Amino acid sequence: MAGSESVSITNPRWLLAELTYRCPLQCPYCSNPLDFAEHLDELSTEDWLRVLSEAREMGAVQLGLSGGEPLTRQDLPTLVRHARQLGYYSNLITSGYGLTEEKILELKEAGLDHIQVSIQSPEKTLNDRLAGTESFEGKKAVARLVKKHGYPMVLCVVIHRQNIHQMREILEMAIELQADYLELANTQYYGWAHVNRDALLPTREQFEEAEAIAQRYKMDLRGRMKVYYVVPDYYEDRPKACMNGWGTTFLTIAPDGLALPCHAARELPGLECPNVKDMSVRDIWLNSAAFNQFRGYDWMKEPCRSCPERSKDFGGCRCQAFLFTGNMTNADPVCALSPHRSKIDEVIAAARTAGADPGTRPLVFRNVRNSKRFADS
Amino acid sequence: MAIEPNSVLAFSPTHRLQWEEAQQKYVILYPEGMVELSESAAEILRLCDGTRILPDIVAELERKFETTDLKDDVEEFLEVALENGWIRERLHH
Repeated sequence: MAGSESVSITNPRWLLAELTYRCPLQCPYCSNPLDFAEHLDELSTEDWLRVLSEAREMGAVQLGLSGGEPLTRQDLPTLVRHARQLGYYSNLITSGYGLTEEKILELKEAGLDHIQVSIQSPEKTLNDRLAGTESFEGKKAVARLVKKHGYPMVLCVVIHRQNIHQMREILEMAIELQADYLELANTQYYGWAHVNRDALLPTREQFEEAEAIAQRYKMDLRGRMKVYYVVPDYYEDRPKACMNGWGTTFLTIAPDGLALPCHAARELPGLECPNVKDMSVRDIWLNSAAFNQFRGYDWMKEPCRSCPERSKDFGGCRCQAFLFTGNMTNADPVCALSPHRSKIDEVIAAARTAGADPGTRPLVFRNVRNSKRFADS
Repeated sequence: MAIEPNSVLAFSPTHRLQWEEAQQKYVILYPEGMVELSESAAEILRLCDGTRILPDIVAELERKFETTDLKDDVEEFLEVALENGWIRERLHH
């Protein structure tokens, strides 16, 4: 089995609970798997309560409640209450769609610590087009209610070629809504984002211009709003330290109970992911093949294996290595030292060409119908 | 960001200070983030409870640890805490 016997295993700190794949929105950059429509069965409330307890016992302290749209789960307050009792810091990652003031109060009373609301664009037409449903006014209203009820308010705006020119307006909107935190989440290309990459990947010039604006605002807003800028790694020459190294910090549980070292790992063939219905969280974390496979450094191939930076980025992203090279054990091709770096450059060029071509393929929206097509193909 | 000596210091309502058994240390929790605290940092922050000003905190720590001359270190740390939004100042009344 890959991975040295002597690798010491750290405790998980972050549990991402993907409660459901159901979602009223259809964002084309969603990182959910393309075939999510084949996995619509969900864990029961009892299962989730047990998973929360077991992961907390392992040392997890940050809890992400996500999906799909977590608000579609009727038992959300029950899960939140249990999480609070266990001592988690709970983060609701939501589109805000359908989040009423009554629900906000109910969740607050249950002990929810923070609500992160997504907005797709500061411009209503574009927001509603990207979300696939009329949602702009509702999201802004929810953002205001979140603040009103004393939560730290985190605004998440996913950035891509369709909205990157609105960077200034995005920041102004965050200021207007009095966000405590603003996440400028440059799209990561997995799942649906991967399919739509030609339409979503900005050019280097677009990135640099947007980043300059964001950094200026970030400086001015120090002490008032924390601005997180998620780096677009295609334009870097070293990969991100994905998941802080697999099996060290993050644990994702998919809606049907599949335990994943990262939320995109479901789409990796050859990775045998365990299920919380069959194994305890402790067993999964300590003993499963999937979680041990990329611990330590023994699994690495060159150039990572003997690279002096290997403990900095752990060879980058396994999913990206698979998507570009067909082998999840390769170096993340984003790295300038990867023999496959040219594949990233080809994709950058293709996106630039697609951006200049008005006849380019339209966005594929994330919904059950499209998902079933992907599953069938 | 210098600390106003007359301002009451309070821990941020949008952060949480918590003892983590699994890590055997205090941590600060906030949206999607965690800061691990040294013992001394945790001691200082636990005194930022909305009733004390900086001189109170220094005096209390000097008393507790039977030492003097903590003012500079405590103030330096609290400036970091203020900058990071872990504590807030309110005018002393």
